[in-house]
Amino acid sequence: MPNRPTGVRPLLHPLHGLLLAFPVALFTVALLTDITYLQTAEIQWTNFSSWLIVGALLGGGLVLIWSIILAIGARRHAHRQPSLIYALLIAIMWIAGLINAFQHSQDAWSSVGVTGLILSIISMVFALSASWVAHRTVREIA
Amino acid sequence: MSIARPRSLCAAIFALALAGCGDSQPGLDQTGANPDLPGQRQTLVPPIRIATPEGWGGESPTAPQGFTVTALATDLKIPRQTLVLPNGDILVAEGSGGSAPPMRPKDVIAGYIKSMGKTPVKGGNRITLLRDADGDGKAEVRTTFIDGLNAPYGLAFVDGSLYVANQDALLRFPYRDGMTRIATPGQEVTTLPSRLNHHWTKALTASADGTKLYVGIGSNSNVGERGMAVEEDRAVIWEIDRATGAHRTFASGIRNPTALAINPQTQALWSVVNERDELGPQLVPDYLTSVRPGGFYGWPYSYWGRHVDPRVHPQNPKMVEKAIRPDYALGSHVAALGLSFVTGAGLGPSFAQGAFIGQHGSWNRQDLSGYKVVWVPFANGRPAGKPVDFLTGFIKDGHARGRPVGVTYDPSRESLIVADDLSNTVWRVAPARPAPAR
Repeated sequence: MPNRPTGVRPLLHPLHGLLLAFPVALFTVALLTDITYLQTAEIQWTNFSSWLIVGALLGGGLVLIWSIILAIGARRHAHRQPSLIYALLIAIMWIAGLINAFQHSQDAWSSVGVTGLILSIISMVFALSASWVAHRTVREIA
Repeated sequence: MSIARPRSLCAAIFALALAGCGDSQPGLDQTGANPDLPGQRQTLVPPIRIATPEGWGGESPTAPQGFTVTALATDLKIPRQTLVLPNGDILVAEGSGGSAPPMRPKDVIAGYIKSMGKTPVKGGNRITLLRDADGDGKAEVRTTFIDGLNAPYGLAFVDGSLYVANQDALLRFPYRDGMTRIATPGQEVTTLPSRLNHHWTKALTASADGTKLYVGIGSNSNVGERGMAVEEDRAVIWEIDRATGAHRTFASGIRNPTALAINPQTQALWSVVNERDELGPQLVPDYLTSVRPGGFYGWPYSYWGRHVDPRVHPQNPKMVEKAIRPDYALGSHVAALGLSFVTGAGLGPSFAQGAFIGQHGSWNRQDLSGYKVVWVPFANGRPAGKPVDFLTGFIKDGHARGRPVGVTYDPSRESLIVADDLSNTVWRVAPARPAPAR
C-alpha cells in the first residue's frame, strides 16, 4: 500500500476510477481513428470510431451519474470545488460525445468531417482534464 | 394486438432537441421531368416516421370510380412481385432477403425502427399460383407453385420458360400450360451478386424479342458507407443472354432499380429507381426512367444528373460529368417498387397509354409519402403529364393498412394486380361490371 497521510483517501472509489478509464481511453482512440479516416477515406476507420464513441458513452454515462452524486455529497467539504469541476468536465465530455455519436451515424464522409473531428477533440480533452482533476484530488476522512 | 398511437419517433426519442428534425417545405413539386430540388440538409438525427401496421378491417384500397377492388388472395408470406402467365394464372413471388450484418451502432437501431413498419410474418421463399377462372376477383385455386427458393423477387416468362430472380441467382423452370406445381429444381442461368445484399431485390424483365433478360441489382449501401469495394457489380442493371447466361453491365450508377419493364410503344427498357437518403426529407426523388445502354446515372457521386453528393470521398468529377438526368421524378422517399406498362386497351380511356407504379411508402420523412399506386400517363412512348393517384387508402389515421409493392397489368382480363407485403394480400383492381341481368 502506498503511504498516504492518515485520514486522507482518493476522491474516486476504485470502481469509479476504473469506469473513468473507459472514456479516457476510448475517446482518445476515437480521435485517432477519426484522423486516420480523414487521411485515408478508408471506411473501416470511421466504423471503429462509431463503436469506440458508444463504448466511451456507456462507461462515461455511469461516470457521469457517479460524478454528480459525488458533487452533491461534497457540498460541505473541502473537496467541494474540485468535485464540482470534475462533474462539470465529465458532463461536457459526455454531451459532446453523445452529439458526436449522432454525427458518426451519418454516412461516409459526413460521419466525421470537420464537425466530428472537433467533437472528438472536445470529448478527449475533457475526458483527460476530468481524469486529471479527479486523480489529483483527495478527500479527508472525518 | 395492441398498437401504439401514431407518433413522431423523431420527436419522441430526441426530445432533447439534439436534432434538427427536418420538416418538409410546402409547395415543392417533386414529380415529373423537372422536380424542385431543395438544398441539402443533413441533420444529426435524420427525420424518421414509421406508419405502424393496422389491419384493413374488411375494407379495401380505394380505386377511382368505375373500378372494383377485391382481395385475390390473403394470408400470403410477404408477396412482392407478380406475373400473369399466358393462361391467366397469376404467380406471386414471396420472400425477404438481405444478409448485411450491422456495421455500426446505427444499423442496429435503424433496423429495429424499420421493422416496426413491416409485417411480423416470415418470408415464404416460394412462388404461389393463383387462378381466378370465373373472373370474380377471388382466386378459387391456390397452390404452392415453386418451393424452397431464396428470396425470390423478379419474375419473367419467355417462350415456355419461367425465370425467377432469387436474391443470389437467376433460375429457369420449364413450364407447360396449366401447371399448378413445379417440383423439379430450377436450372441456374447465372449467379447474381449477393454479398451483403443491403438492397437484395433482383428485379427482372425480358427484352421485347425475348433474347435478353435484364436484372436490376441494387447498391450495397446508402451512399458508399460500406466502402466502395463491396459495390462492385452493384447499382447496375445486367443484360443477360437468355441462351448462354453470359452477362454485361447494361447501365450503372443506378442506385436501386427495383422494377424493370419494357415500354410497349418503344420496346425500350424502363426502370423505377430508389434514390439515396439522409440529405433531407425532400432529397433525393425516386425516379422512373428509360435505361440507356451504357448509361451512368450518378450513384454514388451525384444525383439527378450532376448534383454532387458531398458524402462521397474521394469525389469523382469525371463520373459526375457523365451522370444522366433521369426522365421522370416520382417524389422523395416514396419507395417505388412496382412498374407495369399497360398494353392493348389498358384500363379504359383514362388509363390507355402509360404505366402503373407501386409506391411502398416512406419511413425517413415526417410527412408520409408514397403508400399508393400511381398512374403515369404516356404519349408517344414518353411520360406526358403528372402522376395520378390510382390506388390509395393504404394509410388511415397515420397507420399503414398495407404497403404496395409489385404491380402487374393483366391484359387478358384488363385488370391490375397489386401485391401488398404488409397485409400479405394480392389485390385485383378491375373495371366494375354491371350486375348480371336476371
